[in-house]
Amino acid sequence: MRSFNYHKPDTVDGVVSLLAGNENASVIAGGMTLLPTMKQRLAAPDDLVDISGVAGLAGVSMDGDMLVIGAMTRHADVAESEIVREKLPALAKLASRIGDQQVRHRGTIGGSISNNDPAADYPAAVLGLNAEIVTDKRTIPADEFFVAMFETALEPGEIVTAIRFPLPELAAYAKFPNPASRYAMAGVFVAKTGDGVRVAVTGAGPGVFRASDIEAALAESFDAGALDRISIDASELMSDIHADNEYRAHLVMVMARRAVGMALDAG
Amino acid sequence: MSAVIGIGSSPKRKEDARFVRGKGTYVADIKRPHMLAGVFLRSEHAHANLKSIDVSKALAQPGVKAVYTGEDMKADDVGGLPVGWGITDKNGDPMKEPPHPPIAQGKVRYVGDAVAFVVAQTVEQAEAAAELIEVEYEVLPAIVGLVDALRPDAPQLYDEVENNLCADWDLGDAAAVDAAFAQAAHVASIELVNNRLIGNPLEPRAAIGEFEYATGQYTLWTTSQFPHVVRLLMGEMVLHIPQHKLRVVAPDVGGGFGVKQFHYAEEAVVTWAAGKLGRPVKWVAQRSEGFVSDAHGRDHVTEAELALDEDGKFLAMRVKTLANMGAYLSTFGPNIPTNLYAPLLSGVYTIPSIYCEVKCVFTNTVPVDAYRGAGRPEATFVVERLVDMAAREMGIDKIDIRKRNMIPKEAYPYQTPVIVEYDSGDPLGCLERAEELADVAGFEARRAEAASRGKYRGLGISTYIEACGLAPSRLAGQLGARGGLYESATVRVHPSGVVTVLIGTHNHGQGHETTFAQIVSDRLGVPFEDIDIVFGDTDKVQFGMGTYGSRSLVVGGAALSHASDKVILKGRKIAAHQLEASLEDIVFENGEFSVAGTDRKKSFQEIAGAAYVPFDFPLETLEPGLEEQAYYDPVNFTYPGGAHFAEVEIDPDTGIVTLERYTAVDDVGTIINPMIVEGQLQGGIVQGIGQALFEHGVYDNASGQLLAGSFMDYCMPRADNFPQLKIEPHSTQCAHTPMGVKGCGECGTIGSPAAIISAVVDALKPLGVAHVDMPASPNHIWNIIRNAPAPIAAE
Repeated sequence: MRSFNYHKPDTVDGVVSLLAGNENASVIAGGMTLLPTMKQRLAAPDDLVDISGVAGLAGVSMDGDMLVIGAMTRHADVAESEIVREKLPALAKLASRIGDQQVRHRGTIGGSISNNDPAADYPAAVLGLNAEIVTDKRTIPADEFFVAMFETALEPGEIVTAIRFPLPELAAYAKFPNPASRYAMAGVFVAKTGDGVRVAVTGAGPGVFRASDIEAALAESFDAGALDRISIDASELMSDIHADNEYRAHLVMVMARRAVGMALDAG
Repeated sequence: MSAVIGIGSSPKRKEDARFVRGKGTYVADIKRPHMLAGVFLRSEHAHANLKSIDVSKALAQPGVKAVYTGEDMKADDVGGLPVGWGITDKNGDPMKEPPHPPIAQGKVRYVGDAVAFVVAQTVEQAEAAAELIEVEYEVLPAIVGLVDALRPDAPQLYDEVENNLCADWDLGDAAAVDAAFAQAAHVASIELVNNRLIGNPLEPRAAIGEFEYATGQYTLWTTSQFPHVVRLLMGEMVLHIPQHKLRVVAPDVGGGFGVKQFHYAEEAVVTWAAGKLGRPVKWVAQRSEGFVSDAHGRDHVTEAELALDEDGKFLAMRVKTLANMGAYLSTFGPNIPTNLYAPLLSGVYTIPSIYCEVKCVFTNTVPVDAYRGAGRPEATFVVERLVDMAAREMGIDKIDIRKRNMIPKEAYPYQTPVIVEYDSGDPLGCLERAEELADVAGFEARRAEAASRGKYRGLGISTYIEACGLAPSRLAGQLGARGGLYESATVRVHPSGVVTVLIGTHNHGQGHETTFAQIVSDRLGVPFEDIDIVFGDTDKVQFGMGTYGSRSLVVGGAALSHASDKVILKGRKIAAHQLEASLEDIVFENGEFSVAGTDRKKSFQEIAGAAYVPFDFPLETLEPGLEEQAYYDPVNFTYPGGAHFAEVEIDPDTGIVTLERYTAVDDVGTIINPMIVEGQLQGGIVQGIGQALFEHGVYDNASGQLLAGSFMDYCMPRADNFPQLKIEPHSTQCAHTPMGVKGCGECGTIGSPAAIISAVVDALKPLGVAHVDMPASPNHIWNIIRNAPAPIAAE
């Protein structure tokens, strides 16, 4: 690890001013991706701005019909939140299966979506539920937030402060973990709302994406059988030593069917 | 509590008092005065000529004390890393043994090969400087695959090694095998791969070198399973330091599994650098560095055939194996797929003739050497897969075909056609008990129930035998060993009667401090708590070959037993004098020396005191003191064995294999501490299942990059992958070890891979699958299901 300056401001303004104009500054939330990367000397920020001291960034609440989760809320706290378990149990369950114990007690929802790892779990929920990402400057719809692998719509110096989730009628997340890393090798979030069905896929492609054929089929009939004749194009998906793209394409459909089944069971 | 805790008890482990408190002392914990930090720059190319290395920028960095390359070591006349075991080609030539410089000279041969060593005040400074070393590589085509490496047009690693072939070795009677095959009613054959494994002990390797000008004394602290052997190999062959001027300390070591039983380049480099700089130099491997610098295991490609008569009796076996050596020969590299492999091909069966050919092959990969089991898991996998194959093809039940061919208990000692003579065993007894414990009778009902849930369920079996307790020195010498394989122990009884044992084996998780104390407590009647076991320091312990090959209890325990016997004999002499009786009349029981048939007696503690305060003592015929030493050279290997059953379920939707049941019945001889033995068996089984289902050291064929180079991609087995294992001993006494022990450290990795694959194949029986290569990963299984001729339909 290279040496760096460590900052721990206690307000969002303090964070923003430390980041302003400093290209070699990096925000650290839970640090579950950033710290290993720094240890490997792949990331070497001059200034590390720790946002864990900023008041009001962590916590779960309802704002009208929206579930609001602060950016610094740890995965374990989402998993165990009474509010999340009651209002959006699919999200609590997703959070309970991220990484391992240690990761769940350090990692944060804001950090996860800002990093936008193509195999992370939260982006599937955020995109599948059509959530809004609140930053220090604006509110970004999920469909615009996830740009590409490890890339988001966040501008330099902009930080996520909260995520606002509309509540679906039915929702579930099914993931097939990579046997080694336990990241999603294919993770599918299915949500049925008054506006229709949204299906977001993580782990299979170069970034989280919506599966429009699956959405269309489920919009017609929200049951696993509706997916029997649907397949997903493997050519856009990733291949590695654990799963080739055809296997990933197959797993996406298996996970989609399982997610639908789970959503119906929970509903 | 202060009591004798003897053989057969399961006290809590002595060593855990420090480990569970986080108070162990590992190499990384050790800080020496004025210590510097070293970092290796490693090759990012699998095969390249080193055109030039410019270290000037690195040297100019703050805190940097030195940057060394292979040329610097060459200029200092530093030797190459030696091989501890040579083999002979079947044409009579010695194996090809190209030089293995600690830091590459002229050429790099694998990703991870050391290119330079940077020493600085801090690790951070050394890492920063290492990035500024300018290496000009002339990249050459790389070769990582065994079959491809032998092709005449393959890239050549060494000018002096034709076709990358280290040795073409064989064992057995080829003519007898040919004759048997000519008369066979059936021949079963198989082609299989034994996947490359990376050991990944919890503690990464580390080393500290130190030199004292005033005395000319070198010290090396290292994460080693055998410090005396490192002293011998590194001192004599690499750095030319006389034995009495070199101390090697292997303190607490966090797991070895074979990975730490070699003399590694880093040990020599830090010791040499400490001498050059006059300051201690410490290196601690990063986890990712371990992946490309710890010796790997397994990596075979094999074709094998089994000849049978019309009743399914085995007539002969023929095996051809290509074994990957990696880019250089590691300490025991060539011995593993030859001497520790072919002699095990008889398994627990009567097979009249066996012939095995092994080609040891160089490739642009990390050197391959012993990994828990070392050769014996590979042999067992070949034998058991062949037997399954034969059963399937001949329509014989796979348990039945094994019973028909097993060596009967009364046939021991049993001479195999491949050198070894099994002294004892009861394979049928193990199998029958395992069959019962695994509820084989109820399996078809469980299979049907799984089918009703859309799952394929399979039952797998493996029997195995291993040769361990390495090793009878004379036999090992005939097979190419370049050193003895005995073990030594000193029992030092202090004046108060408490005991320190100095032993040449090394405890790195096996519970030796407990097991050995139980042996002494049992023998001398001394309270368990009054006994400490010292190991791992060449300045404290007389000598030793270390811990590997399930030898610690078998060979080290035997030395300890003999040394204890010597203590008792001397104690009896002292007691005879004090009690005015003849030596023959003095009996030693329950910690007391007494005159037979009388109530006249002396406690062990009283005799110990008398030995050090020799006022009433036979000084004319006996030296004072009570300390005895024994060296023990085993008369034969020991042969633990057993029978394992695995039950798996396969989800045809995803291809994932779930282990539902596992049953192991093992013959490990006398058991000193049942809890520790069960732990050893559990750990070994889990590691073997890791090979069968999860672990794979995959290289990219084109670039020679290690694709499974971190825990993100190298799949370690985890607790949630396992059901509760059913483990039960079924012991016969070893005929030739003092306590009847056989060893248990490697049983699990030897028995379990074949049992798992047998179960996976059984589960896929409806699809006509005959064999599945390891690891049986979800993608691999899904591909098999998808490509199956018949549509998926659970039975």
